[in-house]
Amino acid sequence: MKQPLLKLDKLSVRIGTGPRAIRPVDDVSFTINKGETYALLGESGCGKSMTALSIMRLLPQPHGQISAGQISLEGTDLTALPEVEMRQVRGRRIAMIFQEPMTSLNPVLTIGNQIGEMLRQHQQVKGSQARNRVLELLDAVGIPDVRRRYSEYPHQLSGGMKQRVMIAIALAGEPDLLIADEPTTALDVTIQAQVLDLLRQLQRDTHMAILLITHDLGIVAGMADHVAVMYAGQLVEEASRDRFFADARHPYSQRLFESLPNIGKRDHALKTIPGFVPVLDRDFTGCHFAERCDQAWDYCRTQAPAWDITTDHHHVRCHLEDRNINPPARTVKEEAATPHAAVASETGTSLLSVRDLKVHFPIQKGVFKRTVGQVYAVDGVSLDIPAGHTQALVGESGCGKTTVGKGILQLIRPTAGSVQFDNSELTRLSGKRLRRRRTDFQFIFQDPYSSMNPRMRVGDIVEEGMIAQVIGNNRQERRARVNELFAQVGLSTEHASRYPHEFSGGQRQRICIARALAVNPRLIICDEPTSALDISVQAQILNLLKQLQNELGLSYLFITHNLSVVSYLADRVAVMYLGRIVEEGPVASVLENPLHPYTRALLSAVPQIEPDTQREIIRLEGDIPSPANPPGGCHFHPRCPSAMPGCRESYPAESGDAGHRVRCFLYN
Amino acid sequence: MLTFLFHRLLGALVVITGVATLVFLLIHLVPGDPVEVMLGESASVADREALRAALGLDQPVAVQYLEYMQGLLQLDLGSSLHFRRPVVELLLERLPATLLLAAVTLVFTLVISVPLGILAAVRKDTAVDTGAMTFSLLGVSIPNFWLGPLLILVFSLWLGWFPVSGHDGLTSVILPALTLATGLAAILSRMVRSSMLEVLGEDYMRTARAKGLPPAYILLHHGLRNALLPVITLLGLQLGALLAGAVITETVFSWPGIGLLTIEAIQSRDYPVVQACVLLISTGYVFINLLTDVAYAAIDPRIRLGEGG
Repeated sequence: MKQPLLKLDKLSVRIGTGPRAIRPVDDVSFTINKGETYALLGESGCGKSMTALSIMRLLPQPHGQISAGQISLEGTDLTALPEVEMRQVRGRRIAMIFQEPMTSLNPVLTIGNQIGEMLRQHQQVKGSQARNRVLELLDAVGIPDVRRRYSEYPHQLSGGMKQRVMIAIALAGEPDLLIADEPTTALDVTIQAQVLDLLRQLQRDTHMAILLITHDLGIVAGMADHVAVMYAGQLVEEASRDRFFADARHPYSQRLFESLPNIGKRDHALKTIPGFVPVLDRDFTGCHFAERCDQAWDYCRTQAPAWDITTDHHHVRCHLEDRNINPPARTVKEEAATPHAAVASETGTSLLSVRDLKVHFPIQKGVFKRTVGQVYAVDGVSLDIPAGHTQALVGESGCGKTTVGKGILQLIRPTAGSVQFDNSELTRLSGKRLRRRRTDFQFIFQDPYSSMNPRMRVGDIVEEGMIAQVIGNNRQERRARVNELFAQVGLSTEHASRYPHEFSGGQRQRICIARALAVNPRLIICDEPTSALDISVQAQILNLLKQLQNELGLSYLFITHNLSVVSYLADRVAVMYLGRIVEEGPVASVLENPLHPYTRALLSAVPQIEPDTQREIIRLEGDIPSPANPPGGCHFHPRCPSAMPGCRESYPAESGDAGHRVRCFLYN
Repeated sequence: MLTFLFHRLLGALVVITGVATLVFLLIHLVPGDPVEVMLGESASVADREALRAALGLDQPVAVQYLEYMQGLLQLDLGSSLHFRRPVVELLLERLPATLLLAAVTLVFTLVISVPLGILAAVRKDTAVDTGAMTFSLLGVSIPNFWLGPLLILVFSLWLGWFPVSGHDGLTSVILPALTLATGLAAILSRMVRSSMLEVLGEDYMRTARAKGLPPAYILLHHGLRNALLPVITLLGLQLGALLAGAVITETVFSWPGIGLLTIEAIQSRDYPVVQACVLLISTGYVFINLLTDVAYAAIDPRIRLGEGG
């Protein structure tokens, strides 16, 4: 029944020439059958995008080339095809959608034009016939008001809509295979759920095969028929989805599962993979994963493991699976998962107390900058964070969560409301007194690289805050403190004299943590500190944050969209929608017994690894409205599955007990 | 789009009013007595008073200003001291020559620089690229007062294809235009190249390739429009400079344009003409800037929605 569509046979790719050429794909073989979804899973830099680009023969020019192997599409070897014929394959037989819908559409051409040119090129359809087909395609990918959208430009569409347009472009050629390279990574979780549903539905209707490239185990679990795990240019494991999730064999796959945060692991440090993904500019003598593998022995470092088949078409590239090789008897050093020390006292006066915080931005127009409206970025937020506790703030992009953080720190002056920190009112402090106070609260940003001055040495970056806050009497004392901080965040002291670009993403975030710690803060606001990082590195940073909290009694305000991180790290969680907190309570209570329909939808949109048939699936329609013009009444009512007539009239008051509060008429 | 245009026009009007005021003040900012500067120290008192009256300098400054602005509205710029004719007439006489030169130069510049820049970008780090950029370097380095005579020597004197100088039939515009275009195209082709290189690396170009479109179509339809955005800005600035800065080339070729008129007026201390030329050149700048903005908006839809000034 299964007919092979695309077959990769010992594919290798090189970028550049000579001994330092990058080998992003090294001996990769797999087969995708017609109509199935094949997931390629791996962390950044493992070669999965390069594999996809080599199938399309779109490797970066002039340095990228397929150095060995074959790619056969129903018997035709694509690596040997002349470029002119290859153009008949691209778009027509194999289509591709990319991670960044924001930049993948041409900003100066209309949506209709960008879809229509596919029809002209591959289907010989022109004129009004082409226009009608484009409208059909837009409709098929769930874009409302297609006639208007037809003549609009990409910047007039939201991120989710743009990705739908990309999918419409891909569908226009009626391809046999769709390569989706991290198609939802740049999207919000409720929008991600919409797009994944769309892909599933289109696949049912058109029977196209999908090569899904992702780093998200949850998406793989929900979408894939087959799973291949890629590490450092090679496939290390391949199996059917069910088999893979039931019995992942390769140590790397196993570590990936273990480094995922979830509520069950709260009391322990996450297991991490030491080190980071190697640079692929050399030939490996042994197993690519050996240097990070806790089960490796000498043999692994000298002999490359074969691509072995165990039972049930389950491939694993690991000596442990080879019956002819006997691993040395291992002293099972089952490192007892380090338990976290008990968290600081449960009760306590709050360190930070935010009351009815509002941050509005005026919209100015015309020559004289008249104020014509307000963006209600934050519109009445109240929070309490006791010393030594972690408060999470979750919500989708544009809900105002980052602005809350900045408003608390007075980086943006709030329009109204009060921010009490340790019984002093921050909104009334200014100038030098506010600057002195800044030693108590620090910020860690999402993108560690862009938040450091690239022309400063990282040691100086960490020291700068101490100079500003007059910590340490002289340079020697401060330097000693910098070294101490570097050790504390897991960096070596000799790193201090290097520049930010010399570090990996995870190391950079450690430097940013060290910088925050340098002034001995009591509260750190972490704004999506791990969302730019790979799963295994995220686990390292989460462990570090937890460990520092235990050692130093820090409080965190943890701003994120990632609910599994929240479940692992936070004590309490607040859910934000369009500038207001709609639900707030202890993590276990909110995540396991969500009250607000938005919280429920958010939770249901997160791709889960364990297939859970009990889970109700709630899909939100449409996009998040603009905070400049929030819907009247309850802001959520236009997207709410349980909206009542009264929801249109007024914003619901807070209800529930102090432990778990919610703002919804269902509970009033 | 209309609101956008309206806002831009309004802005242009404000700028031109400002320029006119500055030009008016020019005559008052000249150190010493402008009349004395114009007539020389040996002029008689009666002559001076006559000129003062002719220029209206005997009136209070406010009155002078109002009369000046009123004149402007009626396109009355006074009359030339040297030519003894209304300044407007002089300008209208010279303007067509300058506009012709500017237009032909613009065409030459685009025809040379856009293909050259694209070719250099597509064939980056090859002999084509190196060749194109060597030409560009030469073009920037060679001064017009040297290139002009050289072209005259080769094409007019040796080959006899074009007239040596003056404004005599359509062929006479080619050498001065080529002289100007070489320098402009040299800078512009570098700009086209770097802008195109940047666009070639954009995600949407990868999307276009993944669609299986022909390479030439991808380059022109998807690439060029995006690559032209920064180029247009530079071109606008260059064209503005062309109105005034063509002085050297106009002199070399005895091209009877505004540039030459300005030089003549300065040499003969013909203040009303100098004022008018400065005003015309500035207005030209403003107008070209306006065109640049409109071209920008026509190409980039994101600007169209943006609020006008």
